[in-house]
Amino acid sequence: MADEAKSPLAIFYEHCEKGELAYQVNPENGQAVFYPRAVAPNSAQPTLKWRVSQGVGTVYATTTMHRRGEDPYDISMIELDEGFRMMSRVESIDPMDVTVGLRVKVRMIPATETDPIYPVFDPVEG
Amino acid sequence: MANLRGKTAIVATAESDLGKVAADTTIFDLMGQATHRALEGCGLSLSDIDGLFVSTSQSRMAAMGVCEYLGLRPRYFDSTQIGGSSFMAHITHAQAAIHAGMCEVALITYGSTQRTVSRAAASAREVNAYEDPYRPMMPPSAYALAASRHMYEYGTTREHLAEIAVAARKWALMNPVAWEKEPLTIDDVLNARMISHPLTVRDCCLVTDGGGAIIMTSAERAKDLKNKPVYILGTGEEITHKDISSMPDFTKTGAIQSGQRAYAAAGLSASDVDVATLYDAFTICTLLFLEDLGFCEKGEGGAFVADGGIAPGGRFPVNTNGGGLSYCHPGMYGLLVLIEAARQIQGVCGPRQVDGAEVALAHGNGGVLSSQCTVLLGAESTL
Repeated sequence: MADEAKSPLAIFYEHCEKGELAYQVNPENGQAVFYPRAVAPNSAQPTLKWRVSQGVGTVYATTTMHRRGEDPYDISMIELDEGFRMMSRVESIDPMDVTVGLRVKVRMIPATETDPIYPVFDPVEG
Repeated sequence: MANLRGKTAIVATAESDLGKVAADTTIFDLMGQATHRALEGCGLSLSDIDGLFVSTSQSRMAAMGVCEYLGLRPRYFDSTQIGGSSFMAHITHAQAAIHAGMCEVALITYGSTQRTVSRAAASAREVNAYEDPYRPMMPPSAYALAASRHMYEYGTTREHLAEIAVAARKWALMNPVAWEKEPLTIDDVLNARMISHPLTVRDCCLVTDGGGAIIMTSAERAKDLKNKPVYILGTGEEITHKDISSMPDFTKTGAIQSGQRAYAAAGLSASDVDVATLYDAFTICTLLFLEDLGFCEKGEGGAFVADGGIAPGGRFPVNTNGGGLSYCHPGMYGLLVLIEAARQIQGVCGPRQVDGAEVALAHGNGGVLSSQCTVLLGAESTL
């Protein structure tokens, strides 16, 4: 591992702070890997290389979460164009207007005192 | 692999008290109660039990708790914990242990007081740094995401899912110990409080207390006991992921593989099954498992359940006890799924009995569609 002093999650957050959505690839078979891991899945060799995504993808599955006393909000699975999938939230439109197949682009929500930085998505313009 | 078809049998089953139990009742009170109820009149006693299979979210070391509470000293024990399907795995593991001579009489038991102590208190929350920021309500949001994908790929509708809840309710009204006592309509399901779209509270399982016990032994010993033996014809297990983000394909579960293994071991196919009990934590579960276990083609689950397809008097009887949706769902429901399937083979289900049921399929689901375990049960006529 390139940076043994840092966890995969810490490296992921460092990229987020630079506005980058990071993922990993297995250099042996080109497989994109998410969530970030210390070693590669489905692979005899363990090494993974970090990459930065273009941040553009497609909604694979979506739900609108209803909690008592709160406005409904979106939870979606996003398939990034590089071939990995992650949970996220589509913002900027009504959560019930988020549909499977919608094209979206990443944006970072800055860290607060209680929550770490994390990526969300907005619909791609046009 | 050894041929285990028909080598072991379920010889007794019992539910503990279900629904909402007395305050401060423990999970071990429920397991002990169910174990004694199962043993009563079956021809075995507590001292015959030499194998123990148990897991629960409410005790990290449940086997010790059961041994202490009941005074058991089993020579073989297994606390495999893969969520609600754990008990189907326990059947598989008990089958192997009995066949290998590592135990002769196995107790599989479970108890939960999650309604009394609250769902949050009944199972510790696990951290996922890549999901938690989005505040899903787990498990409902995971199943809602799977449902959305099935709707997109196959045109499945909320009405199709509601049919599953309505069918479960109709069966529950024939089960005197079912939690739900009132009729339910498609509109009731659609107009119920939304939890995680497209799932309303009526698409989601109950939150109840409850437990049960199953006693299993060799086919030879089963012949000398009091109850009609329910033979283990074949079993299969599969794990595809842990958290929903890593599920390989949201419309195809590991039930495809667990079912294939169980059918192969039993030498049977879906068309041989007379009655199925499919772990219905959410309405989408029943639909996915009907497809993945071969009762209909992939994508045709909606049409299969439409117009009362799995309700009493429909095309195929599913979840005749009323299911996790309307009968009982005590945190992990798999043991009760097995008990209903076994009772259908014993022919003791009263008004909801499926006439001439000789082969029953019990399917367990754990986590968020993560672990899938299938058990095929048969009457003596299937050997």
